[in-house]
Amino acid sequence: MTAEYSAGSKLEKIFKSGQKAVTGECGPPRGTDVEHFKKKAAFLKGNVDAVNVTDNQTAVVRFCSMAAAKLLLEMGQEPVMQMVTRDMNRIGLQSNILGAAALGIKNLLCLTGDHQSFGDNPQAKNVHDMDSIMLAHTLKNMRDEGKMVSGTECQGRPRMFIGAAANPFADPQEFRVVRMGKKIAAGVQFIQTQCIYNMERWRKFMEMANDMGLTEKCFIMAGITPLKSVGMANYMKKFVPGLDVPDSYITRLKGVPKDKVAAEGIKIAVEQIQECLAMKGVAGIHLMAIEWEDHVPEIVKAAGLLPRPVVEAD
Amino acid sequence: MVIAESKPLAEILDMIKDFKKIVVAGCKGCVTVCCAGGEKEVAILASELRIARKAAGNELEVKEYTCERQCDPEYIEPLDDLVADADAVLSIACSVGPQYVAARYPYLRVYPGLNTTSIGGAVEHGVWTEFCQACGSCIIGNFGGLCPITRCAKQLLNGPCGGSSEGICEVGKGSIPCIWQLIYDRLKNLGELHKLTEVQLYKNWSTSRDGGLRTTTREELKQ
Repeated sequence: MTAEYSAGSKLEKIFKSGQKAVTGECGPPRGTDVEHFKKKAAFLKGNVDAVNVTDNQTAVVRFCSMAAAKLLLEMGQEPVMQMVTRDMNRIGLQSNILGAAALGIKNLLCLTGDHQSFGDNPQAKNVHDMDSIMLAHTLKNMRDEGKMVSGTECQGRPRMFIGAAANPFADPQEFRVVRMGKKIAAGVQFIQTQCIYNMERWRKFMEMANDMGLTEKCFIMAGITPLKSVGMANYMKKFVPGLDVPDSYITRLKGVPKDKVAAEGIKIAVEQIQECLAMKGVAGIHLMAIEWEDHVPEIVKAAGLLPRPVVEAD
Repeated sequence: MVIAESKPLAEILDMIKDFKKIVVAGCKGCVTVCCAGGEKEVAILASELRIARKAAGNELEVKEYTCERQCDPEYIEPLDDLVADADAVLSIACSVGPQYVAARYPYLRVYPGLNTTSIGGAVEHGVWTEFCQACGSCIIGNFGGLCPITRCAKQLLNGPCGGSSEGICEVGKGSIPCIWQLIYDRLKNLGELHKLTEVQLYKNWSTSRDGGLRTTTREELKQ
């Protein structure tokens, strides 16, 4: 991959320097509690290269990802703004791309979004005028060709690094890498995966991605979520579709005294990070410590990922 | 065909609570086939309403008629005599029917006795499923003859999403097959899996409901 920058975000520069990147995640609150958001985000500063801000994740109303991304910029942190196609049509999505770029947001994660039946407004209408792949294609066209979906010329192009998600653990298994390939073909430059627990299946996914040449075209980040408790592990295993938590991890968590479960969860996460980083084609780690942001510094340090590179975005 | 199901009796009783004489009008088209609004259902509903109102000490006179179809003006005509002294018509056709009735009788109240649920078909005895959303620009030829617009909860054209697990969609608590798994299996059978590697771009929704009221005109058939 060339050292030419399409967006000039810190994240893009770190990837293109050949270093492993680390991203974190910070969910906006279900209200206007900015201080809580800032407090969580502060734990990530200096410990990750960029911070994902979720867009009404699990279809629960929160303050919007663009505002959260702007707050991060003001805090001196680089945001990865998530955008889902569930809630807006192509008019709204393109408008938000332009607005976000105008605010200086340089990374966009293109998602379809969780179905609204999982959230707090199951009676809502969904939009799905586009899907994540079309959204990535839209952004690429706006950025590289200066054209909107309608063909209208952009007066000023949105310089954004294009990301998307991938779930290696959903079905049909043999199609997961192919689908990631479609995202890359549509313009996606970096991928953050769903939480990885089944290392065997993840390894196979990466082998396929390497064989298909996808890891040469795109930076793939392994998604890691530390298991905070036995309850969380069981919940993830039983109730989160497309998540595959092996019994061995649950046995390990059960095997330590109650006050040591969190530490064991962190230990597992650190082992996973190191194993992932040793795999060919893994370009970084996406650490989703959900409502556990205060443990991120400890995890990143234990995984040997500190200090983070000092890089300035354009 | 159009699939419909009866509204709850309590809801119907509430709609007609102020009336003494009504006509329950059925339809011999789709709703007869899906056992929601044919002759038999008209008779059952009429009896239920009479019994409920009698029990409430507020008797209701109910006339029954089942139109050949309620989506053609000439088949609404036979209602003329029946509705002459009626307070309201309760139509148990799909929701097209009550609108034709309303168009014919400007001064008559019309209520729907059914909820129209989908365009679909029977999948087993007593079970009907949606197969089409009438987007107005059929694309199922790209997907092994199966419709992701209707049958994928997110209307994905580049599916399956991360919520497809062992052939089941994450939406619907295990009750809905992942259409993308079915599309995948079918294209595999047909030796056409390569079709799924093509990026599908923007769909033109202007032929769908989004473009405003749709009217289909066949000039050669117009009089």
